[in-house]
Amino acid sequence: MTVLVPYGDTTGDGMVQLSFTLPMPHSKVAEGSAVQLANKMGMDPALLVHAKPMGPDFTFFVVYGRVNHVVDPSQVQVVERDYPLLTPKEVNAAVKRSLRRRLTVVGACIGTDAHTVGIDAILNIKGFAGEKGLEYYRELKVVNLGAQVSVPQLVERARAEKADAVLVSQVVTQRDAHLLNTREMSAAFRESYPADRRPLLIVGGPRFDETMAGELGVDRVFGRGTTPGEVASFIAHKLARKAA
Amino acid sequence: MSRPPRGKLDLDPATVRHARSLARKAGRPIVRMAQEHTTVAVERATLRLAGLGGADEEGTPWVNRLADTVRADLHDDGGLAHGVALPVWDALLRGEAEDLSVLAQKAAAGSVRFRLPEGRDAQRARTASRKAVAAGLRTVDRRRAERDRMVKRHGDAPRQPWIYLIVATGDIYEDIPQAQQAAREGADVIAVIRSTGQSLLDFVPEGATREGYAGTYATQENFRLMRAALDESSKELGRYVRLTNYASGLCMPEIAALAGLERLDMMLNDSMYGILFRDINPVRTFVDQRFSRQVHARAGIIINTGEDNYLTTADAVEAAHTVTTSQLLNEYFAKEAGLEDWQLGLGHAFEIDPAVPDSFRLELAHALLAREVFPKAPLKWMPPTRHMTGDVFKGNLLDGFFNLAGALTGQGILLVGMMTEAVVTPWLSDRDIALQNVRYVMDAAGRLHEDFHPTPGGFIQQRAHQVLAESIELLDQIVDEGLLQAIADGTFGLMKRPADAGRGLDGVARKSEAFYNPATDLLEEGATR
Repeated sequence: MTVLVPYGDTTGDGMVQLSFTLPMPHSKVAEGSAVQLANKMGMDPALLVHAKPMGPDFTFFVVYGRVNHVVDPSQVQVVERDYPLLTPKEVNAAVKRSLRRRLTVVGACIGTDAHTVGIDAILNIKGFAGEKGLEYYRELKVVNLGAQVSVPQLVERARAEKADAVLVSQVVTQRDAHLLNTREMSAAFRESYPADRRPLLIVGGPRFDETMAGELGVDRVFGRGTTPGEVASFIAHKLARKAA
Repeated sequence: MSRPPRGKLDLDPATVRHARSLARKAGRPIVRMAQEHTTVAVERATLRLAGLGGADEEGTPWVNRLADTVRADLHDDGGLAHGVALPVWDALLRGEAEDLSVLAQKAAAGSVRFRLPEGRDAQRARTASRKAVAAGLRTVDRRRAERDRMVKRHGDAPRQPWIYLIVATGDIYEDIPQAQQAAREGADVIAVIRSTGQSLLDFVPEGATREGYAGTYATQENFRLMRAALDESSKELGRYVRLTNYASGLCMPEIAALAGLERLDMMLNDSMYGILFRDINPVRTFVDQRFSRQVHARAGIIINTGEDNYLTTADAVEAAHTVTTSQLLNEYFAKEAGLEDWQLGLGHAFEIDPAVPDSFRLELAHALLAREVFPKAPLKWMPPTRHMTGDVFKGNLLDGFFNLAGALTGQGILLVGMMTEAVVTPWLSDRDIALQNVRYVMDAAGRLHEDFHPTPGGFIQQRAHQVLAESIELLDQIVDEGLLQAIADGTFGLMKRPADAGRGLDGVARKSEAFYNPATDLLEEGATR
């Protein structure tokens, strides 16, 4: 694998664009400071293309320039999909084969987060990105608890519904609340279930780092842009392996 | 043969009248239900209007302490069903305490017993409580007159739509400079987003607050601080800058009262939002709604309804008629509660998937429909959120089209869209870019509505007629099965909410024969004494 540099309009030109605000009034010094920042970020030469005062105390900049960094894709670590992507029909068949009953999924937004857009995109029949949500899958029973569900409520419902998988979404978060909430949630499930009976724990949301599943005590973390099909395939894959 | 065109959409006035009469039919049983019940929040709002504020050292407001004790003392005798005014002012008249605040402290300490007074005692309690609450409502009246004076002195927003910007830091002392800066940059209306957890709190936090999640708590002190700061800005800028907050959730009547007392100018206040999106009990919501709207009517506050939210969960094309239906219901409930046309910021949003062919034409049809059905209401036009992605460049373009649709269809209140929606809480530069977007569109095309006349019988007119027809069909259905049942069935925003479930149900009581609430009477009568 070869190393790469960004592409502007010519191979190897290394061109990037950057915008930011400095807390200073607009002046020649401010423009020079913006170039200095770009230089320090590895942009050289840095071309200041736009500087705009925003009130008396701030200036907004757009800078184009060549970066002197290279990237090496062979050194990048990501969570690749390590399960086959199935159609809804295949998921239904897999569930039938491995469980011989419907599979129950309980979903919720926990903590104070009131934004159900993520959980709804995955669960509601309406779906997301052209894919139908999990409610559409015949062999999946979906219980969507909605927003602002407390961890004890979630555990209780998961037990009552005999959930096979628990989906938690965290969209709007401040001060790492999504990480704290997720850890609290996984700890609560570990406490109230024997290890081999615990439902699959899956969290998702735009602020999560997909590599953090282990650290958060969950089975999978899904980031921005995840589709219902990916989640359904993952659940089917995991539970089929568990049943086998 | 030919008749003059009727407005831009050629809507048949008889059809629109029919839609309104259906909304009235659907809403009337709900109003009756609201009149037959009270809630803990309505009773606490009454105590707040009578001047009881503050909280104990644990942060529990004195209105909660007092109302809870009264309810517990009268538990075997109807509890909340008589309202709190009679037992509370009876206790004051019996000399249990010199004022409400001492009475609340004694109640919390368990050193006073409440009873339901009868006969002359009841009459005296009624008179005394009415006097106390009337004083609070006169403060609300004074605040309203003060607003009128300030608008006259400083001038009003220079044009329509009013530019509406949000601040949401969680810390009122960070919010203030941000709000003042936003006003300097051109905002006519500042909204302080609430902390996400607040709608489910069954009490209003107290004092100036510096900790909130994705927003700042609505408290009386925060209201006062922000209003004072924006009064400074109004003076500096030579135009009255309006302040918005949220009268929603479990405490909406109390927050409405606080808004009236502190001269807030607009409140988000939807008749069904709490039911659908916060799973608050429908009866609780409708009772609290009616009271809070009566307060808003009295305070000269413009309400913003929440139809935009339906489109964040349901499809904006398929569900377009649920927006119109809800607007008609919101209008009925608002007018019944005494609000006037100029106070109805009926909501709708630019949420059609940009990948749908003719999406902009559809948006224009929907926005124009709202404009023509509610010609005198300052409609609240909400920016795209659902189809905003991390692609900020595309987002900025989409916001430009949103602004253009607003200009073309004469929207009254334009919530400024941020290209970083769904990415980060808006940065200073995001707000600047967003306002630049609005300014460009308004300067370039702000009066384009004068030239914009959709082709008779063309795509836009047809679509608008179709949506109106679908909303009439839905209203018919709601009248048949009843609004509560329709809500239970998931008619709005795809959310199913039965009337006997949801949060806050235990705070609802059916009024007894002896029930008395001076605030409700004074608001119904429009009286000052």
